[in-house]
Amino acid sequence: MSQPASEPINEPNHALRFTLVWLVGTLIALPLVIWVIGPLIGPGNGSDAASDQGTDFTVLAALATPVLTLVMLYLAYAVIFFRQPKGGVLEGPAVRGHARVQTAWIVVTSLMVLSVAVFGTVRLESDYGSGSGSGPNPLTVPKGPKLPVQVIAQQWLFTYRYPTYGGVETTELVLPNEEMVEFHVTSLDVVHDFWAYKLGVKADANPGVDNVAFVKPTKLENFTVRCAELCGIWHGYMSNAGRVVTPAAFTTWIHEQQKRLAPATKVLPKYSKTYIPEPSKRAEPE
Amino acid sequence: MSTSSVAAAAPQPTRRPLWRRLLGFNLLTAVILGVGGYYLGWWIGHLINGPSFEYETATDENDVALLLGYFFGVAGFLIGLGFANYPISRLLGRPASLREKESEGIGRYFGLCTDHKVVGLQYLVGIGVFFFVGGLNAMLIRAELLKPVPTLIGPNQYLSLVGMHGTMMMGMMTSGILGPFANYFVPLMIGSRRMAFPRIESLTFWLLMAAGFILVSTIFFGGFPTGWTGYEPLNDQAVMGMDSYICFFALVGISMALLGLNMMATIITMRAPGLTWGRLPIFVWSVFATAVLMVLAAPMLIATLLMAALDRTIDTSFFVTGGGGSSYLFENLFWFFGHPEVYILALPGFGIILELIPVFTRKPLWGYKLAVSGMLGVALLSFFVWQHHLFVSGINADLRPFYMLSTEIISVPTGFIFLCFIGTLWRGRISFTVPMLFCLAWAFNFLIGGLSGVVLSDVPTDTGLHGSFFVMAHFHYTIMGGLIFSFFAAIYYWVPKMTGLRFNEMLAKWHFWLMFIFFNSTFLPLFVLGLKGMPRRVSTYEPSLQGLNDWVSISAFVLGFSMLIFLFNVVYSLVFVRRPAEANPWRSKSIEWQLPTPVPVYNFAKVPVFDHDPYEYGTPQPLSAGAGGPQTAGAGA
Repeated sequence: MSQPASEPINEPNHALRFTLVWLVGTLIALPLVIWVIGPLIGPGNGSDAASDQGTDFTVLAALATPVLTLVMLYLAYAVIFFRQPKGGVLEGPAVRGHARVQTAWIVVTSLMVLSVAVFGTVRLESDYGSGSGSGPNPLTVPKGPKLPVQVIAQQWLFTYRYPTYGGVETTELVLPNEEMVEFHVTSLDVVHDFWAYKLGVKADANPGVDNVAFVKPTKLENFTVRCAELCGIWHGYMSNAGRVVTPAAFTTWIHEQQKRLAPATKVLPKYSKTYIPEPSKRAEPE
Repeated sequence: MSTSSVAAAAPQPTRRPLWRRLLGFNLLTAVILGVGGYYLGWWIGHLINGPSFEYETATDENDVALLLGYFFGVAGFLIGLGFANYPISRLLGRPASLREKESEGIGRYFGLCTDHKVVGLQYLVGIGVFFFVGGLNAMLIRAELLKPVPTLIGPNQYLSLVGMHGTMMMGMMTSGILGPFANYFVPLMIGSRRMAFPRIESLTFWLLMAAGFILVSTIFFGGFPTGWTGYEPLNDQAVMGMDSYICFFALVGISMALLGLNMMATIITMRAPGLTWGRLPIFVWSVFATAVLMVLAAPMLIATLLMAALDRTIDTSFFVTGGGGSSYLFENLFWFFGHPEVYILALPGFGIILELIPVFTRKPLWGYKLAVSGMLGVALLSFFVWQHHLFVSGINADLRPFYMLSTEIISVPTGFIFLCFIGTLWRGRISFTVPMLFCLAWAFNFLIGGLSGVVLSDVPTDTGLHGSFFVMAHFHYTIMGGLIFSFFAAIYYWVPKMTGLRFNEMLAKWHFWLMFIFFNSTFLPLFVLGLKGMPRRVSTYEPSLQGLNDWVSISAFVLGFSMLIFLFNVVYSLVFVRRPAEANPWRSKSIEWQLPTPVPVYNFAKVPVFDHDPYEYGTPQPLSAGAGGPQTAGAGA
């Protein structure tokens, strides 16, 4: 680096000073992110997927923290130390680049990015899609018994069918605790999205598509199901309630529903992965 | 193109009376022909659609009539402006004038003008108007969200406002920097006398104005419920207002593709001698990268919307499941355009920032080649990430690791821009002028936007965030925090050159500080709301979230107020006070500041020759006009 003549000789070692500032800042921020902010974000521990998403949030936030402190503290440092004196017309050093810094930056950011991608992929596939809608044939499927539940979205409500219980269709989503649930999400009209925030489940409901998501509830609680894809004027109102109950309570409930809804179940269309809807039509003439 | 016909069009005769000057190819004629064309199309639509679709005409639901009305309306508008004159003259074998309206007074701003500087100013005002319309929609949205239940407006109007705000901003602001600033300054920066296709340049502007008007007209036809993404089959189901969206975005797509083509052609073919690719100002590079994206992405949008229009009018079923179509098809096609679109918005901002900070740090741009490769890298990669918008849709679920990787890789070239920013600031001599404040704020905002993107690119964490306010906060940080802050940096930096007038600095600083503080105060809490599970595009939410929502709304109103300060400053400084700006207030070494103000119609009396890039700062040589700049720059007219 060549120094122009106007440069003062007693310039401090900015590189060293800023590195120290950054290290101190990161050492303060990182524990805060990991132990204070991290546990606050994420959907909680209502299911295996929700807990894992919370962990992933913390890991990604911790990885992002050194970058955040680097740029933010640098901005502050630059604003404080690299100033033009009032009314001054000083020129800065005519430096046009620094090969080693550039190479190091490329290598470090590429490695960070690759590690984030590998981490995400491993977490996604080891967790059976991590509660996300994974299409009709998910790449990884949990072993052991699963309770299939079909989520049928239409303007502007959700209903749920339990194919292993005679295809009974309910308006309330009740799930047994600690049992793997296999959601089959589909729509009868436009695109909706089945979002059970506390369970960490989100899957688009597309007409004519069977979108599968796995989740294992881990907490006895009530939760809300909302639509998360704009689906028309009552989109904001498209929500209903769900419960996670003990397996015994679930069995009692589902048998009750089967008995109570038997006449309705008889006239329902046969259970199917998708229900090809009629071409959507405008309001018919009077 | 021969030079003899250029010379023939030069002098104007004596002034004619006002009524005579209003006759001819100008905005007035265009509006009259546009309205006439609209009613012609409307009538034809009812004629051909009447008997077979009786109920549609009975309830005034006739998509064919409305789309034909828009089509003929736009055609009439363009003919009225004089866009048909050149092709017709050529068809008849008559000599056509190569330059239009360049020497008229105020009239050249209200018609087809082939002077790129006039088009730049037209764009700035035209886009500014629609930017304020879009902003007003945002204010109404936030007013509605003051309460967890609908109070001010019904759900239908609410969705229309959300859709209009999003579509207006995503549609009009794609040309937010390329329209005003690239049209005005790229020819100057590359030492050219004009754009490669001056008539097309004007066409892109007037198409955009017609489009903006069409989008606003949706309120007369029931609005549209889909938001700016226009997802099928809701699109197919919606009332006639949806046709306004389709027509708007298709026209924006045409305008965008033509603008990109024109920029590419200009930058490739019209650089002055000595201006090699390695000496091109970084802003021109960013315009070039954006132009490539526009040319490649916009046709996809036009085709998609044509399919949607056919579904709506003649009952094809590209996107209707029951008829053999697929809602996935629309999502794929839309985002194949939609993701490059996001970088069409972001890249010119990168260019503005890197172009401005050398001036205000008095240092050369640090890592020029890195910045160029960053921009080209972002442009290239942006075509490989679109399915990250569809992580939970069930589409190609096995490919999600690939899209996760490609999305995260795009942060590497974006990181180059940050490194160049950091390197240029390093031991610089920062003067805190208003444009520089906006540049610093850009880094602050875009960093938050970029880092919040990391959790959205990761499928497990995106599962919780997709379709929530978190996404909304993220893209407002990148687009408003990135594009709009650099847009204002460019306004405060270049408008003194474009108008020859200076802004009131105190008002400008008030604008900046209010905008910066309340932008963050508005959008940071939205991350929290998203994490707490509040979905986008709803007018009802959990009562427990009201406190935070009220905070956001009030911050948004102050943010809106900061825009009024800007507007006041524009009117006050540029209309009433009119203090002339210095010739080169920022002591920039870029060529546009070495030219006289106002820039002569022909830009350069003699084509300049470049022997270095415009970042010769920090050298001990004394600064004087022309000493650091290109040879023979800026001879007077």
